[in-house]
Amino acid sequence: MYLGRVTGRVVATQQYEGLEGVPLQVVQPLDETGAPMGGSLVACSAISSGPGDLIHYVDGREAALALPDETFVPVDATILGFVEQAVVGNRNLASDLEPSR
Amino acid sequence: MQIAKIIGSLVATQKDEGLRDHKLLVCQVHNHENKPKDQYVIAVDAVGAGPGDLVLYATGSSARQTNLTKDRPCDAVVMAVVDSWDQDGSNVYEKWSE
Repeated sequence: MYLGRVTGRVVATQQYEGLEGVPLQVVQPLDETGAPMGGSLVACSAISSGPGDLIHYVDGREAALALPDETFVPVDATILGFVEQAVVGNRNLASDLEPSR
Repeated sequence: MQIAKIIGSLVATQKDEGLRDHKLLVCQVHNHENKPKDQYVIAVDAVGAGPGDLVLYATGSSARQTNLTKDRPCDAVVMAVVDSWDQDGSNVYEKWSE
């Protein structure tokens, strides 16, 4: 799994059946220091996350297994949870990072 | 998933038996500012997307999680057509205002 920041939202009404009602959110992956790591990606969300939230997500085939209803869907990234505390060394990433509004 | 714009389709009559009845789309990957990157992907169409559409595509073994591509040699599938996209608080794409 990876640490990430939700930076945007995507709406798609024409999508693969089984994905209705599943939020699609743009995530910027973060490295262990909280700095952006690589390019953004779009993930489904299994929680009520929104732009600005510090989250962790799973990618690959397992992403579909995290979805609440239909799991036989072509999804390769899903947000699993909010991150309240992420301690690295003596830093708590969650409190140090200013959410980018 | 990644965001890409469909810039064309691809026809191959001589191909793997597993992909016989699949529509292949040529997708140019976009970055998070909706700018085209110098990166292309050939993806199987699972939602009826067409040239000019901004879409989401899944890659890896997740791409085989559709009735169309199950157990087929496919690692990229277009699974959504983007209607609107908000990024960092502003709208970067609106399908019906293009």
